[in-house]
Amino acid sequence: MKNQIPLLKRIRESRLFWPLVALFLILLTDAIFAPGFFKMGILEGHLYGNLVDVFNNSAPLMLVALGMTLVIATGGVDLSVGAVIAISAAMGAVLINPALGYKLITNDILTKDITNTPLWLIVVADLAAGTLCGLWNGFLVSRGKIQPMVATLILMVAGRGIAQLITNGQIMTIYYTPYFYFGNGFIFGLPVAIYIVAIVFVIASILVRKTSIGLFIESVGINAKSTYYSGISEKNVKLFAYVFCGFCSAIAGLILSSYVHSADGNNNGLNYELDAILAVVIGGTLMRGGRFSLLASVIGALIIWTFTITMYTFGVPANALLAGRAVLVLVVILLYSDYARRLLNKIFERKGSQHGTAI
Amino acid sequence: MTITNDILLAMNGITKTFPGVIALETVDFSLKRGEIHALVGENGAGKSTLIKILTGVEHPDSGTIEYDGKLIQVRSPQYSQEIGISTVYQEVNLCTNISVAENIMLGYEPHRFGSIDKKKMNAFATQALKKLDVQIDVTQPLGNYSVAIQQMVAIARSLEIASAKILILDEPTSSLDVHEAGRLFEVMLKLKSEGIGIIFITHFIDQVYQVSDRITVLRNGKLVGTYATASLPRVELIAKMLGRTITDLDQVSKAKLTGEKVESRESMLEAKGLGLAGALDAFDLELNANEVVGIAGLLGSGRTEMANLLFGIDTPDTGSLKVKGKKIDRFSPLESLENGIALCPEDRKDEGVVGDLTIRENIILALQARYGWFKYISIQKQNEITQKYIQLLGITTPSSEQLVKNLSGGNQQKVILARWLATNPQVLILDEPTRGIDVGAKAEIQRLVLKLAEEGKSIAFISSELEEVMRISHRIVVLRDRKKVAEFPGDVNDQTIIQTMAGNS
Repeated sequence: MKNQIPLLKRIRESRLFWPLVALFLILLTDAIFAPGFFKMGILEGHLYGNLVDVFNNSAPLMLVALGMTLVIATGGVDLSVGAVIAISAAMGAVLINPALGYKLITNDILTKDITNTPLWLIVVADLAAGTLCGLWNGFLVSRGKIQPMVATLILMVAGRGIAQLITNGQIMTIYYTPYFYFGNGFIFGLPVAIYIVAIVFVIASILVRKTSIGLFIESVGINAKSTYYSGISEKNVKLFAYVFCGFCSAIAGLILSSYVHSADGNNNGLNYELDAILAVVIGGTLMRGGRFSLLASVIGALIIWTFTITMYTFGVPANALLAGRAVLVLVVILLYSDYARRLLNKIFERKGSQHGTAI
Repeated sequence: MTITNDILLAMNGITKTFPGVIALETVDFSLKRGEIHALVGENGAGKSTLIKILTGVEHPDSGTIEYDGKLIQVRSPQYSQEIGISTVYQEVNLCTNISVAENIMLGYEPHRFGSIDKKKMNAFATQALKKLDVQIDVTQPLGNYSVAIQQMVAIARSLEIASAKILILDEPTSSLDVHEAGRLFEVMLKLKSEGIGIIFITHFIDQVYQVSDRITVLRNGKLVGTYATASLPRVELIAKMLGRTITDLDQVSKAKLTGEKVESRESMLEAKGLGLAGALDAFDLELNANEVVGIAGLLGSGRTEMANLLFGIDTPDTGSLKVKGKKIDRFSPLESLENGIALCPEDRKDEGVVGDLTIRENIILALQARYGWFKYISIQKQNEITQKYIQLLGITTPSSEQLVKNLSGGNQQKVILARWLATNPQVLILDEPTRGIDVGAKAEIQRLVLKLAEEGKSIAFISSELEEVMRISHRIVVLRDRKKVAEFPGDVNDQTIIQTMAGNS
């Protein structure tokens, strides 16, 4: 036999196995108890239904999770992603503001569906703001040698303040319809946000697997000192991860503000840091860094939203939602514990050997 | 009271293996009441493993421990403390942000009306320190005092709270100045007179002779012997630590002699007055092609510091470094890599391998660093390189996709060597390349080093084993007390080297 490791075991040891199992279980529950969950239809030329909602809703989280994966893989964490989302959203709203540059502002101007800033400039400014935030975090961690949790906590707190400064402390409503395209538009019947995620995912995958960046990130996460001794600038590797995370968060901010038609320094991207960390953990990347899988983190984000929308479908009240999520977290943590792993491996191996003798 | 039994502790036939390494092999150790017993040996000799077994951190595979006349099993660190075995580490493991008194009494605070009786606690702590002739304000945070005082506090805690009968001092003097060390010795002698057995671990030979009654020497996990300090000359002690008997005059290997025939050697690396305050005094060193330069010195003599300066881990504050005549301005591993300098670091696990990466990924790491972020070596090319070095160096593994952490120490060392050889370096600095690996792999690596030199590479070979350095070096540099003290031709008498290392030239 050429393949020494049985197929079943190879599948089970794949990074994607457990996240996919979890997703499947949630969907199975839906299939049994809420068959309506899978109902899809076409309305005004585009697809609608819970599954579309899941994808559409989880798009911002998927983006943040992509960035967070790289940061966590280097052995760090980025708590500021939610604040960066708010900054990005605020930048967008302020630049769209048709009264920008005018001295006399009337409500009449503010609520018009126009802007004096070209859309591309708004997008570039948004992304630049996020990247700058990432650069700040990256410098604190790699050059300042500050613990990632503490370093990014600074922007987590300050970022929401910055977002409010940008919008002058107001919740800014956006009236410019072309901007809504990112969060509410459709291409070939599917939400635009899904395409954005797909593009970022493909670019990120190429970056980490077709260049040496992925290897360097894992190497830094496993043993930063050895990596440095091998001639790799471990500082720049870390810096890159935080910059990329800031960039991804900015795109998420763009989509979210476009989705809710407003920028709110206090609430845009609230708790996203925790959801993103959870998505990465569900994806099987260890908090101490090292091996990672972007796809697994994306599935992690998908699990979180499938679970959330499932709970809505079951009519769980919004105020009980967090408790439900806590159960999800608990199950995930237990599943990933060494003890549970050993137990499950034992069960699988016993079954496997019985299977073997039967043949 | 039994008068005859003055043996407080007897460890017999202690063996401990870790995956791929024999840390201790049937080691005997004994400690008498009122004795200061020095435990010496180079890094990896097994000192710390022996202490860990005594304190219950590790459990021996075989062997017995007899304490106070009874056979005991040291199940846990807590248990060892309960029965009166206390350790004071080099880095004091107390809380620097709470008061001295609280540190001494932590967990055993006197209570009054349900709350801690501070007055009583402070009085008790002051008293405990007074016994050690230390008079300080015990209500101050521990962090306000010097390391020397902190050690005294740790000792006071061991004596008063744990009522220790055995006190283990693990490299206690390495961060103390001469005066503070002297003070510590006074305390040690006082405790000795009270019947406490002290195990004193140090790499300062002077201090061994200053206070100890007996010396136990370990080397490579084996017991070399236990000697009365008074009857063991200093030079002999060093010879025993290095694995060399004074009369032993074995021949330099053949391979080395062929290497020595090469006449004119091209200068590859030239250090002039290179030094870094606090690490290594300014030194001159020339490394030539086709040559192995051995670097010998005791632990703490500046061996690794020299390697780190040459490779750019540390930036020197004096002197200059030239590679093939070109002066180096920026010091970093990447810069060295680009200049064709490689370093296999001393601490294989922390500074060498990346454990959770595969052999392939570990081997291409430095080459990839040289190529940069975007010029990714194709998987096919990676596999070619990996296969080449697995064969060339004889790395024993089922596949190149094996995680490096699962390999034995010797194979891990070969992987690091492969990582650097893949970058085709001109200068190869090997810091303890054979430490902790078995004899067979050791000989293999030594042969390989000579072969590389023959092929035109320049090699700096750092080792704590003098035998090894003498066998393969064409020139030998000796370090002592963070200074380069001498340079000898390869056929130098080993006695000369030992004398130089010991400092009585």
